[in-house]
Amino acid sequence: MTAPAVVARDLAKVYRRFLHQNQFRTLKSALLTGSLLSDLTVDQTFTALDGVSFEVPKGTTFGVIGENGSGKSTLLKLLAGITKPTRGSLVVDGRVSALIELGAGFHPEISGRENVAINGIMLGLTRRQIEERFDEIVAFAELERFIDAPVKTYSSGMYARLGFAVAIHVDPEVLLIDEVLAVGDEAFTRKCLDKIGEFRRRGKTILIVTHSLGLVEKMCDDVLWLRKGQVKGQGDPKRVVDEYLTFVAGGEEALLASKQNHEAASNGAAVEEGPESRHGYREGRWGTREVEITGVRLLDARGRERHVYVPGEKLTLALAVRADEAVEDFVFGIGLFTADGVNAYGTNTHLEDWKSRQIQGTAEVRLEFDDLRLVEGTYLLDVAVHRRDGTPYDYLRGQHSFRVKSHTKDVGIYRPSHRWSFSGGVRLDPPQPRPELDLGEE
Amino acid sequence: MFRYRLLIQSLVSRELKARYRGSVLGFFWSFVNPLLLLLTYGLVFTVMLPVRRSPTMEPYFVFLFCGILPWTFFQSSVAESTGVLIAGGNLIKKVLFPAEVLTVVTVVANLVHFLLGMPVLLFFLAWNHRITPEALLFPLPLLVQFVFTLGLALFVSALTVHFRDVQNILTHILHLWFFSTPILFLYGDALGGMRLLLRLNPMAHVIVSYQQILFDGEFTHWKGLGAAGLAAIAMYAFGAFFFERLRDTLAEEV
Repeated sequence: MTAPAVVARDLAKVYRRFLHQNQFRTLKSALLTGSLLSDLTVDQTFTALDGVSFEVPKGTTFGVIGENGSGKSTLLKLLAGITKPTRGSLVVDGRVSALIELGAGFHPEISGRENVAINGIMLGLTRRQIEERFDEIVAFAELERFIDAPVKTYSSGMYARLGFAVAIHVDPEVLLIDEVLAVGDEAFTRKCLDKIGEFRRRGKTILIVTHSLGLVEKMCDDVLWLRKGQVKGQGDPKRVVDEYLTFVAGGEEALLASKQNHEAASNGAAVEEGPESRHGYREGRWGTREVEITGVRLLDARGRERHVYVPGEKLTLALAVRADEAVEDFVFGIGLFTADGVNAYGTNTHLEDWKSRQIQGTAEVRLEFDDLRLVEGTYLLDVAVHRRDGTPYDYLRGQHSFRVKSHTKDVGIYRPSHRWSFSGGVRLDPPQPRPELDLGEE
Repeated sequence: MFRYRLLIQSLVSRELKARYRGSVLGFFWSFVNPLLLLLTYGLVFTVMLPVRRSPTMEPYFVFLFCGILPWTFFQSSVAESTGVLIAGGNLIKKVLFPAEVLTVVTVVANLVHFLLGMPVLLFFLAWNHRITPEALLFPLPLLVQFVFTLGLALFVSALTVHFRDVQNILTHILHLWFFSTPILFLYGDALGGMRLLLRLNPMAHVIVSYQQILFDGEFTHWKGLGAAGLAAIAMYAFGAFFFERLRDTLAEEV
């Protein structure tokens, strides 16, 4: 491997807020005392990035993910050279083009043609290079008919297209992309992705900041997950994205649980991780699909598909799975959640010491609950197939649910098998026998 | 700064093109503007407020013109430079863009305007048979003025990013500065404290030089212009230093 295109070491960026209350007095006194520079004192700081280190090898695509305010854009600005790091070192090897804001330098009053020329110069092209690439740029932006109209008459899509077209034709060695693919219609987005794909094939280095996790999984070789300015995870896109999703879905605790599980997994015990947080439970589906769950059925004692059960009934969970290629490392797991996200139960084949040998083609996995000891309520199901280390092949969170109905309005989640008995000086009337709820006949 | 000449060049031409885009007279405004300005001051000081003037200032219209035209260049450059970084904030924040280019473009664009107005002034001078070989010295005060203006503009533009108040204060400072510069009156007529103030004012020397070169046809203000030249260099050095000091904060504060 050649030298990396980007090397960041212990990068930190601290934004300062200057004393801005009483601006006027500050300026006046600053002028009077002549201490203008020293008066620009700092009263508050905000650490946007803290101790971020990573390397991007040449020719790879590097993704940066994280919630809003996690420092992604700050990182990109540092990479683009727009701001300087407060601490740490950052070396970027090669010409950088930043797609941070498309058409940032456009002047609304003048024509698209002139704006292309000026924007190109701003991005570091020479006049000749612009002339050579002009037609290509315009064709890419699909603005042949409007190129001589003032840019202020453009729609926002046209504007962004032209901006993207110019920036991408600068032919950088390192391309920085900040969530810009959200603009434009589907066709243009695909065109941009194609162009980025072409960049990848030509061995350029690309850094993408995005919320589109699908894009990250699809395109990136390596992913950095930032949270509150710090590196929360880095490495294989699928793993990091999965960790991120777990985290977003369940908050810190879930991540801890999942991390512990991941760690435990290597010691031979994996749990179907589920978020502990009541409100963080969020439906979703992710995974590599090397093994895919193609169908989930809930069957009653008679083998009929049903979604409403009474306590104590038999419930069978039947998973149809498929693996196009033989996979040897796999774990089937389920998780049971109450409607407000509390994990009622979870298990998997690995925890119960089933050793995976091979899966190929289609298969069915059944898990039978002989008596469903749950109180009345709606229950959500997680079903998953993943590696022993927790990397998901296919994770279906909250995609399936069933209801438990009961005459008895007892509370909680779990209904242990129980019986009342009374003796001595106490008398109660036994409950009236009620017709059994027979949901099978509904 | 030299590195960016292509960028500056294209931005200046964009600025000029954009400025009058959409107006009926278009580029013609570059000629009409100084004329109207002249007309205003001319009316005020010859018709509305006629004051006794030394005969060396006649024709007063033309005398005024020699001072007002370069002053306008100075004043608009400085005034416009206050907002230029904030207006161009998008560029500074989102694109790797040398911020000082924006300030330079403002000053250069105003310089071009000034030069476009010059033919009008030359026309009036010729009409009054005022053109002498001394007019060839015109680039001298122009250079001094350009360097001084650029230095001040750099200082002001960077300062405004941190203290938006500058925009408001500066309007009045420039107004006062205008009356503290021998544009409406003769440099030689000032007395006492005023005289000292004029001496310390680099723009006074620049304007006096213009007046001597263009209007009087006899340039004697060498020392004054030389001192102003030194002041201009100092101003530029300070402005550039100040801008450099604040450069890293610009992208964050804009």
